[in-house]
Amino acid sequence: MTPGPGRVRAAGRIDRDRPLGFSLDGRALTGYQGDTLASALLAGGARVIGRSFKYHRPRGFLTAGVDDPNGLFTVGEGDRAEPNAQGTMVELTEGLSARSQNAWPSVRFDLGAVNAWFAPLLRAGFYYKTFMGPTRRSWMTYERLIRRAAGLGAARHEPDPDRYETRYAFTDVLVIGAGPAGLGAALAAARSGARVMLAEQDGLLGGTLLADPVTGDTEVWRTRMEAELRSLAGLQILRHTTAVGVYDGGTVVLVTRRDHCRPDPAAGEALQIVTTVRAKALIHATGAIERPLVFGDNDRPGIMLASAARAYLNRYAVACGRRAVVLTNNDSAYAAAFDLLPHIDSVMVADVRRDVHPSLAAQAASLGIEVQTSAVVAGVLGRAAVRGVVLGRGEGRSRLRSIACDLVCMSGGWSPLAHLSCHGGIKPRYRKDRAAFVPGGYAPGHFGAGALTGAFSLPTAVEEGWEAGHLAAAFCGFTPAAQGLQSAPQAAAPWDSDSHRIEPVWQLPGARAGKAFVDFQNDVTVRDLVIAHQEGYGSLEHLKRYTTLGMGTDQGKTSNINALGIMAGLRGIGLEDAGTTTFRPPFTAVRVGALAGRHVGRHFRPMRRSSLHDWHLAHGAQMIEAGPWLRPWYYLWAGATVERAYLEEMRLVRHAVGLSDISTLGKIDVQGPDAAEFLDRVYVNGFARLPVGKARYGVMLSDAGTIFDDGTTTRLADTRYFMTTTTAGAEEVLCWLEFLLQTAWPDLRVHVTCVTDEWAGMAIAGPRARDALERAFPGQDFSNPTLPHMGCRDLVVGRVPMRLIRLSFSGELAYELYVPAGLGPAVWEHMLLSGEPLGMRPYGLEALAALRIEKGHIAGSEVDPRLSLADLGLGRLARYEKPFVGRELAARAASGPERASLVGIECLEPGKRLRGGAILFAAGEPVRGHGRGYVTSVTWSPTLEKFIAIGLFAGGLDHLGEEIVCAFPLKGERVRARITSPVFLDPKGERLHV
Amino acid sequence: MLAIHCPLCGERPYTEFRYGGDASKRRPALGTMAPEAWHDYLFLFDNPKGPHREFWQHDQGCRQWLLVVRDTATNAVGEVILARNAGAGAGEGPGGR
Ligand SMILES: [Zn+2]
Repeated sequence: MTPGPGRVRAAGRIDRDRPLGFSLDGRALTGYQGDTLASALLAGGARVIGRSFKYHRPRGFLTAGVDDPNGLFTVGEGDRAEPNAQGTMVELTEGLSARSQNAWPSVRFDLGAVNAWFAPLLRAGFYYKTFMGPTRRSWMTYERLIRRAAGLGAARHEPDPDRYETRYAFTDVLVIGAGPAGLGAALAAARSGARVMLAEQDGLLGGTLLADPVTGDTEVWRTRMEAELRSLAGLQILRHTTAVGVYDGGTVVLVTRRDHCRPDPAAGEALQIVTTVRAKALIHATGAIERPLVFGDNDRPGIMLASAARAYLNRYAVACGRRAVVLTNNDSAYAAAFDLLPHIDSVMVADVRRDVHPSLAAQAASLGIEVQTSAVVAGVLGRAAVRGVVLGRGEGRSRLRSIACDLVCMSGGWSPLAHLSCHGGIKPRYRKDRAAFVPGGYAPGHFGAGALTGAFSLPTAVEEGWEAGHLAAAFCGFTPAAQGLQSAPQAAAPWDSDSHRIEPVWQLPGARAGKAFVDFQNDVTVRDLVIAHQEGYGSLEHLKRYTTLGMGTDQGKTSNINALGIMAGLRGIGLEDAGTTTFRPPFTAVRVGALAGRHVGRHFRPMRRSSLHDWHLAHGAQMIEAGPWLRPWYYLWAGATVERAYLEEMRLVRHAVGLSDISTLGKIDVQGPDAAEFLDRVYVNGFARLPVGKARYGVMLSDAGTIFDDGTTTRLADTRYFMTTTTAGAEEVLCWLEFLLQTAWPDLRVHVTCVTDEWAGMAIAGPRARDALERAFPGQDFSNPTLPHMGCRDLVVGRVPMRLIRLSFSGELAYELYVPAGLGPAVWEHMLLSGEPLGMRPYGLEALAALRIEKGHIAGSEVDPRLSLADLGLGRLARYEKPFVGRELAARAASGPERASLVGIECLEPGKRLRGGAILFAAGEPVRGHGRGYVTSVTWSPTLEKFIAIGLFAGGLDHLGEEIVCAFPLKGERVRARITSPVFLDPKGERLHV
Repeated sequence: MLAIHCPLCGERPYTEFRYGGDASKRRPALGTMAPEAWHDYLFLFDNPKGPHREFWQHDQGCRQWLLVVRDTATNAVGEVILARNAGAGAGEGPGGR
């Protein structure tokens, strides 16, 4: 294979023995193990890798790292296609497939490029002014087109086939960043005996050292440090791991990318892992990123950060051009000049400063590199790629000359990555001597070190890291080890000073021609900032929203500081007074899949199953979700569809006997000397005088006096009750009872225990229910005197303890039988077997609900916390002479003659149906607005042979017998109906007492 | 990302707890007939910046209701005691007004 025109003989960190095939837009290309997508493309000579957001100008890579605004690709195919991946961060793997995305409809014929001709239209505020406000509708129309032309990638619609994991981790010290400072910090903390985690975004340790020549001094130190760190048992190194957010109490969220490992989801391997770390102490060693210089046409492909050109050379063995101009306002860029020189044709330095430090000048001179001081850029030559720069000297732009070049390495200084230190709300602080924002402080137990703090030189960064490591270990209670540090290279390189001797220049003088870009991804220029300033958007927060500066996927990593400098200049204030935008997590984009982890599909939330679940599945039950539970909806024995089956199941219960799984009811064991008093306080009705062995229906209110929950509670003994709650309210009721006992009435001697999972429950309902029990448990007495309606018996059959309560939800003779959950299936099968001669069969939730509607019992859709006792016709249940929760406000609870309350509704039009949620109107009145009420529950009644419903209607049963209209606008339906009593069946309850 | 030090279970992530409301007010005694007292207790809350007394239940642990002092500005968790030890009505106890 050919090495590619950009590949040079420098050693680099690529493995030339492991070539990798990949593709861009379907074209087959090659790179090496160790390349990124970006470095492989540059090695192949690629310059233009996309088009810009607004003006569709050709763009190339600006940086070599996480801050790159230009090189966005869609990586992967089909359901694995990931949009907006940074080419600088995508590690090359065999077969990787990438598509360029910001060139629509194609790179060759680019419709969007016409935008460049209409550029004056697209200035700051264009989108707001044109598409918001009175003409907002046009935004709706044009948004699709603009978004497509804007060229951000499209999210896929297929389910993500990959697996993601979330986990927790705990450590004494977490070090974020494995550059020189982070390596020193991790070593110091680990040697002190602390458990240490070291998180590094890169696949390799070393940070900026990775951009140094692999044959240099710093590489010797780096490899020695790495070897020593690996030998320490208490130290965990996490590579490919980005700290995306720092939260309260030393909590840090890490995202580990494993894309390069090509994990197999079928083998349980995760593509990404989100780790929530709780660290006792935290060391911020996130380093700094270089910033661009702002001058006309500074976005031409071939103009990149000096540090990027150096990283591509030393790490990836790629020269991004043959003739380079290094344009800088500080010392650090000289490293790029010195390193590039041996590998390319020519290098010159254009330094905007008046003076250059003698040691640098001497080194440049000894290498034969021309250094022009007081340099200004009067113009950039070339459109699709840089062909040269026009340099002048000083403000007067004197002595203009054109320098032919195909690479401009620019450096506007360095910006510490203070993002994470600001997530807790601590604002960054401007350091004038570094022309940079550094952390304004740290939360307790947090420490900072290295370039983050403005310690830009290698020896100082390492020293600061070492110090921070000791402080962090001491914060966790460890005594710093006496052993010294592996000495870093003592003599810093001449370009490597703590300040880089920077002379801040936020906008190069002399560059009047061409667009001077500040935000490369969102195409925000100096001119846009000037307009924003003129229109009064002076604060950076306003500026950002008006111009969209810093609002791209890169979140302005390369642009915010320059914008701030320029705006401060326009306002005539210092940067220290200009403030910054707010740094919020995440530091880099995070896949939603990674945050979701394995909480997807049926694992989105836990699913509860009764102990009879497997039996249901094996016997033709069609299941349905009911809150967190899976319950039998209907059984195939009764019909192939729910519409047929539930009617058959109802018929069974009304005429013979059926068996239904009611294990999901909340069950609470209430015990203690004050249990009776306690229940008297939580229920509106009385339970203290309930005889042992009897059950009673009860209603609970909230403090606000509205409906909270209902259920039946049975007295098992003087000091013991068995409470049932609604299925949906089980958890809330338990917490509420515990709250009252522990905070309001700690003097009551009562224990409440949730026994929902301990008991399987089944309802035996129908006129033959008693026969069924007698057949199942011969020799036991279930006669009326022994077990009357609302009576309870504990019995032991064989060795199975059982609790039998004679209760009815359906309106038929019925019993609730509770047995230990593990024995549920055996007893259930026994009941069915012995009940077979009676025609006993199981029935599901649909029939259960329909039976109770015929009987007018309230359930989930009526137990609504907006309703009062009176609204549900339960006003006479309450015993206001005793104190109970909600009593005082229940009395005032909204009342009035036209307040909606519970009614029954019967359909008057055969062939038409009632629907849940239908809005109710008086006959003849216009169907408009919210109406007089609504239907809460509805069913076909096989007993009455018509649709019946219960619902809420203004004035309630005062309107008994009146005709109404049930409107269902979603389906355009209007059905005549009549207000009835909510109890459609057996109003005197004779069936219950047989 | 709170960590709450449960007096019974030790330090646990907040996801094991449920928030139970403002604990800085005294719950009216059972049977208090004045609706205004219940109205004030249920519907009127201060929104302080700084230490705030609140109820949390360790519902996925020991199920105890706790009285937690949390700084609303920093989320720093201060003193945590069992609510049952905070005195009847929960309006008193360490850190109370
Ligand atoms: Zn606990």
